[in-house]
Amino acid sequence: MNRLPPETPMRPHTHGDPAIEIRGLRKIYDGIPVVDGIDLSISGGEFFGLLGPNGAGKTTALRMLLGLTPIDSGSVRVLGLPIEVHGREIRERLGVVPQFDTLDIDFTVEENLLTYASYFGLSGSGLKQRIDDLLDLANLESRRHATIDTLSGGMKRRLTLARALINQPDLVILDEPTTGLDPQARHHLWRQLRRLRERGVTLVLTTHYMEEAQELCDRVAIIDAGRIIACDSPQAMIVAHVEPWVISLNAASARQFIADPATLPARMLEIADTWLIYTRNPAEVRAELESAGLAHTLRAANLEDVFLKLTGHDLRE
Amino acid sequence: MRWHILPRPSFRFVAVWQRNLRVWRKLMMPSLLGNFGEPVLYLLAFGYGFGQLVGELDGMSYMMFIASGIICSSAMFTASFEGMYSAYTRMAEQNTWLAMLATPLTLDDIIFAEAIWAATKGFASAVAILIVATTLGLVSDVRALLALPVIFLAAFTFGSLALIVTAVSRSYDFFLYYFTLAVTPMLLLSGVFFPLEGLPEWVQTLALSLPLAHVVEIVRPLMTGSWPTQVALHLTVIASYGVIAFIVASMLIHRRLIR
Repeated sequence: MNRLPPETPMRPHTHGDPAIEIRGLRKIYDGIPVVDGIDLSISGGEFFGLLGPNGAGKTTALRMLLGLTPIDSGSVRVLGLPIEVHGREIRERLGVVPQFDTLDIDFTVEENLLTYASYFGLSGSGLKQRIDDLLDLANLESRRHATIDTLSGGMKRRLTLARALINQPDLVILDEPTTGLDPQARHHLWRQLRRLRERGVTLVLTTHYMEEAQELCDRVAIIDAGRIIACDSPQAMIVAHVEPWVISLNAASARQFIADPATLPARMLEIADTWLIYTRNPAEVRAELESAGLAHTLRAANLEDVFLKLTGHDLRE
Repeated sequence: MRWHILPRPSFRFVAVWQRNLRVWRKLMMPSLLGNFGEPVLYLLAFGYGFGQLVGELDGMSYMMFIASGIICSSAMFTASFEGMYSAYTRMAEQNTWLAMLATPLTLDDIIFAEAIWAATKGFASAVAILIVATTLGLVSDVRALLALPVIFLAAFTFGSLALIVTAVSRSYDFFLYYFTLAVTPMLLLSGVFFPLEGLPEWVQTLALSLPLAHVVEIVRPLMTGSWPTQVALHLTVIASYGVIAFIVASMLIHRRLIR
């Protein structure tokens, strides 16, 4: 189970060659720039994460990669080809996992794969073998003849990923692939994505789960209000933007003892009911909190802290 | 993405057409009942019922008269229904088109496939009724076979017109306007149930400005053993409606989806 089909290797991919090359990309809706001057280069074989609050322009940017949203200015090259004129050729070599399920509810699991393959012009005995392999990979062998409405959310996602791999793509684009999945289903999907990366497939992922991005991605870009505000490996980003340690405690009880957080030897962020105290020297802060008898927890800084610092912590709608 | 005005579908549209065919084969029974059973009931009820009162029309039995009319109107109804309810479901409810747009298919391929699919279904229901009418002895001439391509063209036209409505609809309720304001008047004024000649001049002019009357003008003679007149004119009207409707539908759907 879950082994990679050895007889169907992905097309060899030259590492280092840019899989995606975006220059000065802009998109304006009703006078409001949704994508506002993005420059980005993603190498072949890279696992890249696109992070940002709701409405930051992630989905619009992905749509532009597929040629589904016309470019107002700038340029997009995918797999070496300009998207405006070669959308069809590019999508031929692309796999897409959309944010919302677009499975064909009139068909069974197998029929979904067969039908999707036909959109790529694929048919014949090679395809049959490929579908067997993909069903095996997605752990859906036993559900081959099941209808879509009998599948769980995790199964539907796995089928959507399997479907995206039907054409052995060089580049796979995933728009929030794990939203709404339970931890088991999420980990299963992560494992599959890592294996794709090992095979040299370029992956571009958007997600709201910073843990997911940190876990999977070689590099991430944080995008806000249509611009990239930071782009680096998760680890480098943590080092560059936030203190290494985070202490969290309940805001209400904290306020009884510390009237002015500015007096703390650290940076403080209040989110909903929680104080997050960022520090290079946790011992000093903890000593102070312990002397006040305040319960708290200490952890290492992660990508979520970077995200909160760079995009602000007010609610986005 | 499209940087030109006119639609440029490719042969890949066949994959979309086949997908719709595959779904239809699963749901064939209810679909056939609607597209074929109902018009046959109309044919029998009106034919036998009114037939006794009317006697002969244009030198043929009333049953023969409406058999050819109902074949045309059923092509219109079936193609319109498919171009609206079914295409809208695939566009806006089930995201079928969205899934296709992540593949080498273009929106031009998809829209063309939908128009051809609507034509196919309209054609199939017309053929089914034609077979029943032939069994009942209401079609007397092999010339009826010549009507088949005309019916397919007409169904393409009605399917494309329906796709315009789909392109601007925000919900299924909107389709009722089109049925009430366009499809039903066309049905009643195009010589399906009674001859156009008896109607006031302006109604005739109105009827002849719409495509269905022209379809009936070609199909009825072919089914009842004579040659239609002014074939070029009729075909031009039907085809013009079809081509223009298809281009307009395509532009509107692009504007809606490729933003």
